[in-house]
Amino acid sequence: MCILIPVFTFFVIIRVFPILATLLLSFFDWGLVNPTRPFIGFKNYIDLFNDPLFVIALRNTGVLAFLSVIVTIAIAFGLALILNRRKAKFADIYKLIYFVPFVISWVPVSVIWKWIYDPTYGILNYVVSLVGISRQGWLVNPKLSLYSIIILIIWRSAGFNIILFSVGLKNIPSEYLEAGRIDGAGDISLFRHITLPLLKPIILYIFIMTSIINFSIFSPVFIMTTGPQGAQGNAVRVLVYDIYENAFRYLHMGYAAAESTILLILVIFLTLIAFKLIKQEA
Amino acid sequence: MTTKARRMVAISRESFIQIFLIIIAIFFIFPFVWMTCTALKPATEVLSWPPIIFPKRPIIANFLDVFKVAPFGRYYLNSIFVSGVSTLSILITSSLAGYIFAKIKFFGRDMMFYIILATAILPMQAYLVLFYMVVSKMGGIDTYWGLILPYMVMSFGIFLLRQNIYSIPDELIDAARIDGASELVIYIRVILPLSKSALSALAIYAFTTVWGELIWPLVVVSTKDKFTTELGLAAFQQRFIVQYGPLSAAAVICVIPALVVFILFNKQIIQGLTLTGLKG
Repeated sequence: MCILIPVFTFFVIIRVFPILATLLLSFFDWGLVNPTRPFIGFKNYIDLFNDPLFVIALRNTGVLAFLSVIVTIAIAFGLALILNRRKAKFADIYKLIYFVPFVISWVPVSVIWKWIYDPTYGILNYVVSLVGISRQGWLVNPKLSLYSIIILIIWRSAGFNIILFSVGLKNIPSEYLEAGRIDGAGDISLFRHITLPLLKPIILYIFIMTSIINFSIFSPVFIMTTGPQGAQGNAVRVLVYDIYENAFRYLHMGYAAAESTILLILVIFLTLIAFKLIKQEA
Repeated sequence: MTTKARRMVAISRESFIQIFLIIIAIFFIFPFVWMTCTALKPATEVLSWPPIIFPKRPIIANFLDVFKVAPFGRYYLNSIFVSGVSTLSILITSSLAGYIFAKIKFFGRDMMFYIILATAILPMQAYLVLFYMVVSKMGGIDTYWGLILPYMVMSFGIFLLRQNIYSIPDELIDAARIDGASELVIYIRVILPLSKSALSALAIYAFTTVWGELIWPLVVVSTKDKFTTELGLAAFQQRFIVQYGPLSAAAVICVIPALVVFILFNKQIIQGLTLTGLKG
């Protein structure tokens, strides 16, 4: 039991203390190089909501998190249904192939997609030209760049979600579906009345978990914003990117801590919703 | 409908589904093929329009260019070291704490466990700033231990192992105690062997998570010889912004080992990530 003391102490130093200190620091005008670091109450928070960059980051983060999770779930669920149909052929091979992007880390896949999205020589522009669409600046054009990053997120995480849905589908007792079929239910009504209700907890779970992960996304945005063929910083600015710039470029630690606190609150809020919904289901 | 006609419909439906699934498979795989082909092309072929997928005269010059400016071998060793040490530490701390939280009663146990559980949900990015300040106060900026420190415990791992160890029957542990085994012996001889599947799932999850981290190495490390592969590639792409040949070669260097490991151990990796994904 004594061994727990060092583990827990360690835990306090690297988790509990930084989290609590983030809240505390957010009330100070704490610059890394400032000689004085006065207490300023809620001023950081007031400044934040008057800071257009923060508001943009908040909005982009919300759009990115929810849009990508909704589309990912729709695609993954659809493909999982096809791959888990009766007498499915080669299903395991397809699942394996669809899973590949998920095991490759963010930086290389972002580098690859940046080349695919290139405004002049990118292969995506060639592909769309085949169906008569003119060249687009997938990343350069601020109207498109956020959606281009969302497509990358969907591409990377769909396969993982297909596997999660497949686990859920396999857990549905086949007697339920047999019984429904004997009663004369068609595929669509079986799906609506048996499959969908039984998978609701998994869908909810994936929705909340993936949203939380997407709320703190950083790597693809960081890679996709460098260089002339990259996205404009503000068009894809997300919360963690803004925190990174405020803290490590402008050294406004207090301000960045206030921003981090907002992120913490958002994540906690999402988690509480998740708990509530899952409890309702149970 | 006759049986024959019905079979015809079924066959054409099946082939339609197969074609659809193959198109989707191409969508998931093509970026990697495209990257590899680009890496093997001379600059003139890279920027040809309309693009040609496969290189006409494959070359390895791009790879040589990459290794001239960026020691990716070194980055690899750093990544393996950082992810390996972190994973080992996560496995040890998670199983020890998991055992104690699951099987030993003491004052304040549940409160301690809930504190740990509460932090499991909070992403590290949300307290990165403070983390940086703590590590900097401790003198850990631009050191290996500063790079590893945040990943030495994982709240989720403690939770996962506690769940797993909780289901080990008490009789088994009591029997060992009666035989005179100390807690440490019980931990090594009874608990660890019975937690093998949870531990291997956690190991895969922890290793891939730490491997894929960018923001922490980015802020904490500044000298090239301590770069991880993620940071190394991020720095490389800032220098070779539009030179897609070398850039793709660097990406290939980062992707291939992960791909090989995945092909060899795909069952275990998918199982590990799904198990941790569903229990978190």
